[in-house]
Amino acid sequence: MEVGSHVTRKRVKRVLAYALLIAIAAGLMLPFLWMVSASLKGDEEIFAVPPRFIPKDIRWDNYAEVFERMPFLAYLRNTTFITVFTILGTVLSSSLVAYAFACLKWPGRDKLFLFVVATMMLPLHVIMVPLFVIFKELHWLNTYKPLIVPAWLGGGAFNIFLLRQFFLGIPKELFDAARIDGCSEFRIYRTIAMPLARPALITVAILTFMFAWNDFLGPLIYLSEQSKNTLALGLALFVGQHSTEWGILMAASILMMIPMVAIFFFFQRYFIKGFTMSGLKG
Amino acid sequence: MTTPRIKRLREAATGYAFLSPWLIGFLAFGLYPIGMSLYYSVSRYDVLRVPQYIGLENYTTLLFDDPYFGISIWNTLVYTALRIPLAVGGSLILAILANQALKGIKIFRTIFFLPSIITGVVLSVIWLWMFNPQFGLVNTALGWVGIPGPLWLQSTEWSKPGLALMGLWSIGGARMIVFLAALQGIPEQLYEAVDIDGGGAWARFKHVTLPMLSPVIFLWTVLEVIFSLQVFTEAYVMTKGGPLNSTLFYNLYLYFKAFDDYEMGYASAMAWILLVITLVITLFQFQLGKKWVHYTGEG
Repeated sequence: MEVGSHVTRKRVKRVLAYALLIAIAAGLMLPFLWMVSASLKGDEEIFAVPPRFIPKDIRWDNYAEVFERMPFLAYLRNTTFITVFTILGTVLSSSLVAYAFACLKWPGRDKLFLFVVATMMLPLHVIMVPLFVIFKELHWLNTYKPLIVPAWLGGGAFNIFLLRQFFLGIPKELFDAARIDGCSEFRIYRTIAMPLARPALITVAILTFMFAWNDFLGPLIYLSEQSKNTLALGLALFVGQHSTEWGILMAASILMMIPMVAIFFFFQRYFIKGFTMSGLKG
Repeated sequence: MTTPRIKRLREAATGYAFLSPWLIGFLAFGLYPIGMSLYYSVSRYDVLRVPQYIGLENYTTLLFDDPYFGISIWNTLVYTALRIPLAVGGSLILAILANQALKGIKIFRTIFFLPSIITGVVLSVIWLWMFNPQFGLVNTALGWVGIPGPLWLQSTEWSKPGLALMGLWSIGGARMIVFLAALQGIPEQLYEAVDIDGGGAWARFKHVTLPMLSPVIFLWTVLEVIFSLQVFTEAYVMTKGGPLNSTLFYNLYLYFKAFDDYEMGYASAMAWILLVITLVITLFQFQLGKKWVHYTGEG
């Protein structure tokens, strides 16, 4: 029957689609599972052929050993310190600048905004060497200042762009009413613009978190003392020195991943939106 | 009593006050370094002694006397050529799959996106283990279907394709979201027109989906090329440029020159050459784009 075969065809198609989706999803998840599996294996099982996904005896010791084999807590503290102050500086300074571009009138504003957008195109490697020299002259090497201070001075062109767009969407009447009441611009920024911009500020904070938490090149260039290392730098160092201790390496990677995964699940919508727009992952 | 003139002055002062963080940051950590970078690029400079002007020597040495310069450009271009089709094509396929009206599709979208949250060193460490020739998952999985896996990062032939493959896993989901949004913006009537003409799924894809998506595909191809040309962390952590310089990418070589050899002038010249290469490739893509990118209406 004509109608019957149409329905069957549709059903077959749907089953095929699900099969394909599940296969790809499984393929994409395998590296995660493989990592978790290795983090719970002892050496004999890690180097077993053929490998087993679920270890015979689950070895939690790898996680404990992470803390013994490298100064993981110090790395964690350093990374948290840098990340927190980078986020604070970025959110504060990029929102101030965005407010200037979106809500204030001053000569040359729109031309300068185009210029700010254009600076996004400037590749970091062109200024990498002079920045190193500047920070050396300032005696900032082997401190966290090169990683934190620039964030307080502008907070990045992309973040300014994103927050400006958001501020432009706030009804002008709100600002005008406050101005008539005699509010200073800073007060309007603080009590009207910032609270309303919360979604955009969260997006900026998440993007900054992901950048600062994972930044490798910055710490690699500016930090030289092991006790000052970040997680990313410490992990890379450990790879260089103990490249075959997979169990510990995987456990350390998972520990470093936990905040990223947690933030992803808590702020999924902001996270995906910000990531998609920024092209952050080069 | 405030005259309009004073009012305007005050407005300008407030504007520049709010702007000042960016202004200071840009002058100190943007404009000044750009100028210095140009100056270093025509100097011999090891950080300890003052820069010594040597004209275009850094550039001529790079272009004519440094074999690693050519190798690093070749590696970077090959990596880019391998990575772009994989990343753009792969994420397009993911987007089309994730765009179907099926129950639970949102869960699949989340799963497809999940690898994108892993970056940098963690990404490198995971895939170092994935690519382990004997005990890694990639070759184990190939073994299940009877294919003997290559040595991946330990082989000069497979190190670049391996890194490109890792790139697909790590950004496919993020780019999928971009394509997904574009797919959902395609008006249904366009597909209906194809259906009326009796076209199948392929005709729908070729005559509607692809042309309608071409602006987004173009934009992300351009960006993806710019990112790929700057590949650094993966190579630094996973291969240190090896084996036999097969992953000595441009920025990796630049880093070694600057921070291992302290040839800051040389490295600065390298940075400017990469900028020029990137600009040329991007302009070329825009020329090429005129031929295949389809803009509807005013664009």
